Amino acid sequence: MKQSRFTILKNEPLTSTVYRMVLEGDTSAITKTGQFLNIKIDGLFLRRPISVCDYDDKTVTILYKVVGAGTEAMKLMAPPSQLDILTGLGNGYDTTKSGSCPLLIGGGVGVPPMYRLAKNLLAEGKTPIVILGFNTKDEAFYIEEFEHLGAKVLVATSDGSLGTKGFVTDIVSNLSDYTYFYACGPEPMLKALSDCTKTSGQLSFEERMGCGFGACMGCSCETKYGSKRICKDGPVLEKEEIIW
Amino acid sequence: MVNTKVTLSGIPLDNPIIPASGTFGYGYEFAELYDINMLGSFSFKGTTREARFGNPTPRIAECTGGMINSVGLQNPGIEKVIREELPKMRKVFHKPVIANISGFSVEEYAFCSEKIDKEDQVGIIEVNVSCPNVHHGGMSFGTSPEAAAEVTRAVKAVTTKPVYIKLSPNVTDIAAIAKACEEAGADGISLINTLMGMRIDLKTGKPIIANKMGGFSGSAIFPVAVRMVYQVYEAVKIPIIGMGGVSSAEDVLEMMLAGATAVQIGAANLVEPFACKNIIESLPHVMKKYGITDLNDIIGGAHK
Repeated sequence: MKQSRFTILKNEPLTSTVYRMVLEGDTSAITKTGQFLNIKIDGLFLRRPISVCDYDDKTVTILYKVVGAGTEAMKLMAPPSQLDILTGLGNGYDTTKSGSCPLLIGGGVGVPPMYRLAKNLLAEGKTPIVILGFNTKDEAFYIEEFEHLGAKVLVATSDGSLGTKGFVTDIVSNLSDYTYFYACGPEPMLKALSDCTKTSGQLSFEERMGCGFGACMGCSCETKYGSKRICKDGPVLEKEEIIW
Repeated sequence: MVNTKVTLSGIPLDNPIIPASGTFGYGYEFAELYDINMLGSFSFKGTTREARFGNPTPRIAECTGGMINSVGLQNPGIEKVIREELPKMRKVFHKPVIANISGFSVEEYAFCSEKIDKEDQVGIIEVNVSCPNVHHGGMSFGTSPEAAAEVTRAVKAVTTKPVYIKLSPNVTDIAAIAKACEEAGADGISLINTLMGMRIDLKTGKPIIANKMGGFSGSAIFPVAVRMVYQVYEAVKIPIIGMGGVSSAEDVLEMMLAGATAVQIGAANLVEPFACKNIIESLPHVMKKYGITDLNDIIGGAHK
């Protein structure tokens, strides 16, 4: 973990509620896809945990949905203002278990961490299938970006306005030739995926956090291997250890 | 040169800064960030006889100037703490630690305190009779002078180390409770634990915290803490560890003027992981600014 100041390079809407922020700063503590940042926002006591979408030596990209006071404030921030951020938080996804053809499943604000994960798996010579779920076409984002990476992308929308009508599980249930899965999204989606997938997988969870780095036990959950802190021992858990 | 050294019941501290129990774990996460041996001491996660998972989540809620937590004393139990955590803690922290003990009965407090008393790493036993997040225990021992005194007597009877009783602010007369602990043999008083609080989610119309209520901490509670430390200082002669919303060196001085010999830092550690380091490093400068050469000169200074 590192604490440092980042400069906002870009902060732009992707949909009416989802924004992309590109930040410049010390990214050296970010070591794995699926990790998150914890962002200090003036006037709010607790930091706000946001998943990493992509990063390089100098910048980190986050995609966030405006859902409360923290993200409302973030939405209004403009370059070149600065943010105090903790980086390198969480365990992240383990790509060594993916096999040759893993599924990457993102629902709504669970989509962002799948981006860098897809990039990494493609770089490792694997052929991931990306499955993205949204409520409706107007809320969809990053489909083209995933396609530009060269990944196969399948989309589901609840109202059928784009791609398959239904949930990501409706797509996953019809697939058979996959070797593993990675998922991030709302808990009901994660549970449904855990039930309908035929392979092992890794699922990323969300929880209200105090510190974000393992000190306060505010985000603990019980697993088959004992209690785990979502912020430090997670947010990624293996399908087999989860107690639903 | 200024003097930041203080003494708690014969235990010398390089400075009065002590991370509060439950906000510093066993120190490991912070030891990755800075050398935690710069701390005066630290109070490790509250320990009970049995292992506890704690309360359901959500356990955390945002507040103006603070937060609510309802962790519910998650810990691996006294045996495992002694067997596994203390040896690991010794590697990252070489000074005497403060062992924070909780319980659901007078016997449990005594049982855990007697065990931890035998550990040479432990400098002070901090008995938490003020956890707001467990039912039928914790705070119920800290809300009446008689019950707090009973726990104090039971723990003192089986221990050799200094015993500090950590008090709840959720009471009508904290001075009376502190006095009862002193008369029962307590070596010092720690205060304040969190204030009972609640937040309700406007979207669901229900409490945010799964356990409905939790402990409110953070800078917003600092004036309440200063007032209670001041009141307890008037009522007892034993040393006080002051805490509650402390987040700067200025806050530390204010707490000491109210009557604290040492000061714990709680919620600030969670949102500013370098909070204690920053406070320790700025303390000499802030002391100079106010013409203070020795911290011991200002303890209880507001009463003179």
